[in-house]
Amino acid sequence: MKKKLYVVAEVDEIPPGGRKIVEIERRSIGVFNINGEYFALRNACPHAGGPLCRGLLTGFLRSSEPGQYTYLRRGEFLRCPWHQWEFDIRTGQSWLDPDKTRVRTYQTRVEPGQALLENEVELMGSGLTKGPYVAETYPVHIDGRYVVLEL
Amino acid sequence: MNGAPAPPIRPIDCDVHNAVPSIEVLYPYLEDHWRDYLVERGVTSLEPNYYPRGLPISCLPGARPSSGGPPGSDLDLLREQVLGGVRYAILNCLYSIQSIHNEDWAAAMATALNQWQVEHWLDLDDRLRASIVVPVRSPGRAAEEIERWGDHPGFVQVLLLARSSTPYGKRHHWPIYAAAVRHRLPVGIHAGGVTENPILPVGWPSHYVEDYAGAAQVFQTQLVSLVCEGVFGKFPELRVVLTESGVTWLPALLWRLDKNWKGLRSEVPWVDRPPSEIVREHVRLTVQPFDGPRTAEGVRRVMDHLGSDELLLFSSDYPHWHARDPYESCLRHLSAESQRRVLRENSLATYRLGPETGPDGDGEHG
Repeated sequence: MKKKLYVVAEVDEIPPGGRKIVEIERRSIGVFNINGEYFALRNACPHAGGPLCRGLLTGFLRSSEPGQYTYLRRGEFLRCPWHQWEFDIRTGQSWLDPDKTRVRTYQTRVEPGQALLENEVELMGSGLTKGPYVAETYPVHIDGRYVVLEL
Repeated sequence: MNGAPAPPIRPIDCDVHNAVPSIEVLYPYLEDHWRDYLVERGVTSLEPNYYPRGLPISCLPGARPSSGGPPGSDLDLLREQVLGGVRYAILNCLYSIQSIHNEDWAAAMATALNQWQVEHWLDLDDRLRASIVVPVRSPGRAAEEIERWGDHPGFVQVLLLARSSTPYGKRHHWPIYAAAVRHRLPVGIHAGGVTENPILPVGWPSHYVEDYAGAAQVFQTQLVSLVCEGVFGKFPELRVVLTESGVTWLPALLWRLDKNWKGLRSEVPWVDRPPSEIVREHVRLTVQPFDGPRTAEGVRRVMDHLGSDELLLFSSDYPHWHARDPYESCLRHLSAESQRRVLRENSLATYRLGPETGPDGDGEHG
């Protein structure tokens, strides 16, 4: 199916750290600005369907031993407001519940580039493994003054 | 179902209580000033009051020595009633030195008690193993006590009591775990203990039955603390044995803990896998009292919820008499394979019981 482009906002509407939730083709989608980079995720948590994009934006905390804290990628993780699970806003990946016997609710994902793989290596240092839940993500472009979503 | 066949192997009994017959037996192991201190202050006993002497559940019928000492104080009676049927019995002496607030006195009493255990128990019967009693209120002194006895082959465990001044996961307790791991000793947490805190989380109950039945709450608090404070990540070789804790509360606690960990993980980033996995790797529980359902189907369901038959260690809790015989309440409902694990193999994997007791060991003894 041919991809469609949707203008979802003017760039000024979503400042760094900000977000806008839009409705496109009966899908609720959250568009985020992380330090000038734009990301979009489906506003439905793959775990239990919660309004993921209304959740807290935070960083990922990992530890080498009790009392040692490494705070990674501040502002790049979404916490679903229903169960507080953490999702990487760049990939939609959750790092919880790696229970392979459960039904995967979503297989869809954007293939990460090299930079994203490097990010994941850093996250793997937390000792966690990727869980089965991946939030649906969409490519976002900037066209002049407009934020454009590809669906 | 009363005619359950005798177990084909001699079990390892992981919870047997040896009692101090009278405080005078410790005098030879105390420096003069502590000995005089006991006499001058009129300290006549540190026998814990959480097994009230007169209560029938504190003592199996026939386990009270004719000498008049407390149950568990007579080695000959122990031989007759326990040691004939087991390969090893692990002693947990509950003499209440942990309640002493004077750090030096508590440490002196712990050393004396352990020396007494060596001379009056371990040296006299090679089926006996014992737990190192430590002055837990001073973790540094407790670690010193573990160092003192850690290479003695008779000591196979460090004994803590379930009720403590602060949760056992807190970092000021960690010298105890470091010392235990250095000597390949699991830490046994046994029911009981008296501190400045009420014995139940919401305050003091009115009755003994509330105290005893409420023990699981205390164990749950300690277990959650050990996991969430990251003790098992810091000490990957540490094993903890919950003793006289009951068993069937564990699955529900772990369901809850796993679930909440998913949402609150970032608060404890050192807990890098579901708590239930950590517990199944590091924690064991003794079977007496087995607080399970009465039917075979019910017990099998409990085992299914526990997720492994490697978690349970056989124990009698001699000479206490809180519950039905563990064969009757639990073991007879298990497969022969599971029985062998619970009776013996799990304990061999947990305790430093010596090379002569490998998996095949002396399993042929009746």
